[in-house]
Amino acid sequence: MGELLVLIDHAEGQPRKLSLQMLTAANQVASQTGDTVSAVWLGEGASGAADVLGRHGATKLYAWDSPDALGYVTLPQVEALQQVMETSGAEILFFASTNLIKDVAARLAIRVDGGVITDATGVEVADGRIVATKEIFGGELITKCTFADGRKQIVGISNNAFAAEETGGGAAEVVNLDVSLSEAATAAKVTNVEKQVTSDRPDIAEAAVVVAGGRGLGDEQGFELMEQLADVLGAGVGASRAATDAGWYPHRYQIGQTGRTVSPMLYIGSGISGAIQHRAGMQTSQNIIAINKDGEAPIFSIADFGIVGDLYTVVPKLIEELQARKG
Amino acid sequence: MKVIVPVKRVPDTAGEKNIDPNDKTVDRDGIESVLCPINEFSIEEAVRLKESQGAEVKVLLMGPESAQPIVRKALSYGLDSAVQITDDAVAGSDAIGTAKAIAAALKNEEFDLVIFGNQATDARTCVVPAAVAEILGLPSLTYARHLEVDGDKVVVHREHEEGYDVVESTLPAIVSVVEAINEPRYPSFKGIMAAKSKPLDVKSAADIGLDTSEVGMANANAVITEFEHRPPKEAGTIVEDDGSGATAAQLADWMQSKKFV
Ligand SMILES: Cc1cc2nc3c(=O)[nH]c(=O)nc-3n(C[C@H](O)[C@H](O)[C@H](O)COP(=O)(O)OP(=O)(O)OC[C@H]3O[C@@H](n4cnc5c(N)ncnc54)[C@H](O)[C@@H]3O)c2cc1C
Ligand SMILES: Cc1cc2nc3c(=O)[nH]c(=O)nc-3n(C[C@H](O)[C@H](O)[C@H](O)COP(=O)(O)OP(=O)(O)OC[C@H]3O[C@@H](n4cnc5c(N)ncnc54)[C@H](O)[C@@H]3O)c2cc1C
Repeated sequence: MGELLVLIDHAEGQPRKLSLQMLTAANQVASQTGDTVSAVWLGEGASGAADVLGRHGATKLYAWDSPDALGYVTLPQVEALQQVMETSGAEILFFASTNLIKDVAARLAIRVDGGVITDATGVEVADGRIVATKEIFGGELITKCTFADGRKQIVGISNNAFAAEETGGGAAEVVNLDVSLSEAATAAKVTNVEKQVTSDRPDIAEAAVVVAGGRGLGDEQGFELMEQLADVLGAGVGASRAATDAGWYPHRYQIGQTGRTVSPMLYIGSGISGAIQHRAGMQTSQNIIAINKDGEAPIFSIADFGIVGDLYTVVPKLIEELQARKG
Repeated sequence: MKVIVPVKRVPDTAGEKNIDPNDKTVDRDGIESVLCPINEFSIEEAVRLKESQGAEVKVLLMGPESAQPIVRKALSYGLDSAVQITDDAVAGSDAIGTAKAIAAALKNEEFDLVIFGNQATDARTCVVPAAVAEILGLPSLTYARHLEVDGDKVVVHREHEEGYDVVESTLPAIVSVVEAINEPRYPSFKGIMAAKSKPLDVKSAADIGLDTSEVGMANANAVITEFEHRPPKEAGTIVEDDGSGATAAQLADWMQSKKFV
């Protein structure tokens, strides 16, 4: 019996939704491997999270409550995790498949002789090893991936692939880490953090509903309409490449092959043709709504509900309807 | 200053994509392969360093002989020379194996900066740049949406879900870039012609001192074991709006029936 580690992704002292989903995934795996689940919190504010992490099934919480964890680029987190893996003997680590954390996983894999599987949407155990489900090529193929024998298993979990569930456990036991960084770890430093999130709208990768706009919006103001629709639904706002290229919406909200992958319960695309490169980032959404004045637009071939019409007529009416129904 | 741009050959997104049922690698026979689109941004950034700082820029590709047109394509943007690692021993490498091979190749080169794309559009793992940096003991400043080299210092704006981090380190360093960083130019006719005769050094695993027990299918840490095509989707409800917006009510009904309202 060992420990299965979950690297907690957090912001402003709170674990992100994905972190709680990862704990649920970890508990499913641990019930088969006989491991216990331990959370790892790198950065400030760890002890405040012992309760919520415990309730989601973390027995232990390895905490490095230090500004150094995020004050330098990647390596402090790698060195802290390496220490936890070595002292706990853990064979498996789950991480959030997000930009900056993938780097931590990659560097850690080299240090501990592990494999890395990114963007897993499912995890099982066979022959004592993790078997991860990965949807590839924009969801066209569904694969199972596993690790070679004797290798540490570092698994990136996708947003919203698991529903976070409470296990009825009490607060996690906090184990404070003492990490002494190598010289290399402090060679590249973070000099500034620019938060560009302008509202409390959820991020597109986390949101249960995503409202996306494309070239059909015609201009930047079109995104105000998208934001109004999003706010009625508690949705995140995304964009096609045509819209981000035009400068109507920031690049990090681009959905698609070279942008981000979203897999919400509901995706609503307005003025988006549904080019294959866009579909590659959203076609695994559970429900797809398309509003486009061109009935031949390829997005209709994957839409669960489509309206052939002018978005500037349909969307304002839709906002009214939704508001009325919300009461 | 010396800059290296690793590039990858990937299946064209718009084309057929398949996995070979026997060895579970990407089936690259008989499909359209292209220079990974994200490499257009890493190449552009390198060309800009060539123009602004007189940087010498080399392309690095790991791929079989048949990937040579991709190297020439990369050179056509105005890069100076190329190295191609070609060896059956590296075929089927996973992300970590790929990083080991690229790192071995880089150990044979002089460089101040290595500019990757943040991901390759086929496997999209994003892990290779940081893994290479780890093997070489260098900083990894990835997901750059802005990059500035000043003497022996590099400043990068790293794009993430909530904005960006401004980070800095000394050179040499490994960076990767996202699309937001620049607008790639098209290769000129002159560039395309010149690319045909630019130096291309094809090297084997032995040439770069790569231990072949660390790479390739047989030594992969992570492997695909099974795959299936996603079942086709059932046709949805498509309604035509008469210009009055009346369909919005139908859509709201549908959303209500699905409990989104
Ligand atoms: C290598 C590569 C990578 C790419 N990566 C991405 C990516 O990551 N993400 C991405 O999105 N794209 C990507 N693209 C671009 C992609 O090919 C398309 O060009 C892009 O998705 C088109 O965006 P769009 O649908 O907003 O615009 P268009 O294709 O121009 O579609 C606009 C649509 O709006 C409709 N429309 C216009 N006015 C109205 C109106 N008033 N009401 C209703 N409908 C209206 C039109 O009928 C049309 O269908 C990539 C391309 C390449 C080559
Ligand atoms: C969609 C997808 C997702 C994946 N996800 C992960 C993941 O999460 N983690 C992970 O570690 N791995 C991942 N992999 C890699 C995977 O585990 C296998 O190792 C994979 O099937 C082999 O990669 P490939 O199909 O690209 O093989 P190949 O086509 O053999 O390519 C592997 C690499 O070797 C090069 N190559 C092939 N032949 C030669 C030759 N003769 N000389 C020089 N170079 C050559 C190719 O250009 C390529 O860079 C993924 C692969 C795919 C296709």
